[in-house]
Amino acid sequence: MISFQSVGKTFARATAPALHDVTLQVQAGEVFGVIGQSGAGKSTLIRLINGLERPSAGKVLTDGEDVGALDAAGLRALRRRVGMIFQHFNLLSSKTVAQNVAYPLKVAGVAKAQIGPKVEQLLERVGLGDQAHKYPAQLSGGQKQRVGIARALANGPKILLCDEATSALDPQTTEQILDLLSELNRELGLTIVLITHEMEVIRRVCHRVAVLDAGSVVESGDVAEVFLHPQHAVTRALVADAAGLGAAATPGALRLTFRGQATYEPILGRIARDTGVDYSILAGRIDRIRDEPYGQLLVSLVGGDVVAARERLSAAGVRVEEA
Amino acid sequence: MFANINWADIGQASLDTLVMLAGSLGFSVLLGLPLGVILFLTGKGKLLENGPAHAALSFGVNVLRSVPFVILLIVMIPLTMLLVGTSLGVAGAIPPLVVGAAPFYARLVETALREVDKGVIEAAQAMGASPRQIVFGALLPEALPGIVAGATVTAIALVSYTAMAGVVGAGGLGDLAIRFGYQRFQTDVMVVTVLLLLALVQGLQWAGDRLVIKLSRR
Ligand SMILES: Nc1ncnc2c1ncn2[C@@H]1O[C@H](COP(=O)(O)OP(=O)(O)O)[C@@H](O)[C@H]1O
Ligand SMILES: [Mg+2]
Repeated sequence: MISFQSVGKTFARATAPALHDVTLQVQAGEVFGVIGQSGAGKSTLIRLINGLERPSAGKVLTDGEDVGALDAAGLRALRRRVGMIFQHFNLLSSKTVAQNVAYPLKVAGVAKAQIGPKVEQLLERVGLGDQAHKYPAQLSGGQKQRVGIARALANGPKILLCDEATSALDPQTTEQILDLLSELNRELGLTIVLITHEMEVIRRVCHRVAVLDAGSVVESGDVAEVFLHPQHAVTRALVADAAGLGAAATPGALRLTFRGQATYEPILGRIARDTGVDYSILAGRIDRIRDEPYGQLLVSLVGGDVVAARERLSAAGVRVEEA
Repeated sequence: MFANINWADIGQASLDTLVMLAGSLGFSVLLGLPLGVILFLTGKGKLLENGPAHAALSFGVNVLRSVPFVILLIVMIPLTMLLVGTSLGVAGAIPPLVVGAAPFYARLVETALREVDKGVIEAAQAMGASPRQIVFGALLPEALPGIVAGATVTAIALVSYTAMAGVVGAGGLGDLAIRFGYQRFQTDVMVVTVLLLLALVQGLQWAGDRLVIKLSRR
């Protein structure tokens, strides 16, 4: 659906490139996350997808079109098939909620008679059916982002781009907006690219993730794999923020990762008893990655047959790593 | 107390001032608004960025703004004749008033447009809006309170310009204040005309502020 082929981007008068040799593929229907620290190049990357920036090297293909090669009219046509939402919502403050959602429909030349019902339906979908005549200043942050989402969906895009869409929201509202995005992904088959500096956002909604550092992709793959077994230092730092497993590194400690049903089974206790090993849990977390349960424990094993214990844990589907 | 006052003259002068003000404000907005929009759009990093065009327009605006109004009144006489058939009276005053005020208003419009959140323009671009759709659908509605506030400032500046239009025999309250109140030491005429001008300025400011508040949705 979206493809980056050795894409580079250097801004005029910049000393270092904002993006360097980025290659990645976003499949139709998936939620693809890009995570990185502030200034890593995330916004630049997402803005290349709808041509708000043009690549200085390489090629960006969006829905089959070479974005860098499109003329102004071609670019406008593409943008009507790609919705975008923003950290600061970017709503028209002078227009009501309904008028904000109507704007992209007018832009696309939709007939007047169809705009009213379409706006109503969109606002209903994002849970703002009763707010149509308010102005953005009268709404909460979460409601403003819902207006942003309704507006982005107005012309029935295949792709939705989210630039730090939840970074200005409190944790509870973030959760609600992410749930809404997940629903839209499932119901409409909407391909979503979202960028964030928060691993929690990736964990909740994304299928796959790319980690961006200083303009380069340093790690990418399945969210569960990247989240539970981060390889690159930057990824580890981002995960440690989220998982709280970073601080407790003790010599000889092991990191045990349980996934799926194994998360809820008394595996550790049983194996410890059978092998005469004592264990202490230094840190841990049990949660979900999207819908899949997982548990990750930092333990130290003492006494008994530690080697056998490790083997049996592995055999039971628990991943064992030196912490 | 009001020994020197001829109320009929005052009435006529008030009417002249109002006509000059309405006429020149109308044309100043008509010309200054598009000029301000073009100044903004051709600016650096803007939708229709065009360095040479922007520099040329900006220079022209600065030239007109740096000419003292009294000189403009005189220099413009041939052009005024061409436009309205006379260089005298209320009609003769309007072209120089417009040429003096329109560039000023254009700058105020440009400033108001710069205040519009860049993110809003970017959102419109991301929807696939054309520059024209962005200007009429997003930029102007978002900048409307600033554009109206600029018109208020321009109207008040025009009130003091009209006082100088007496040079071409345009009349008006300011002219009355200068000719009778100042040059003939008729203090009562001066006081009355200045009070009327004050009332006009107050009224304009009040109305402009009310309108801006009504239009602001932030
Ligand atoms: N329009 C621009 N002109 C010059 N430099 C820019 C521009 N936009 C971004 N940059 C630079 O590119 C780098 C990446 O920026 P950005 O993509 O916004 O990062 P992120 O969204 O990850 O915080 C930063 O160093 C930033 O200063
Ligand atoms: Mg950013």
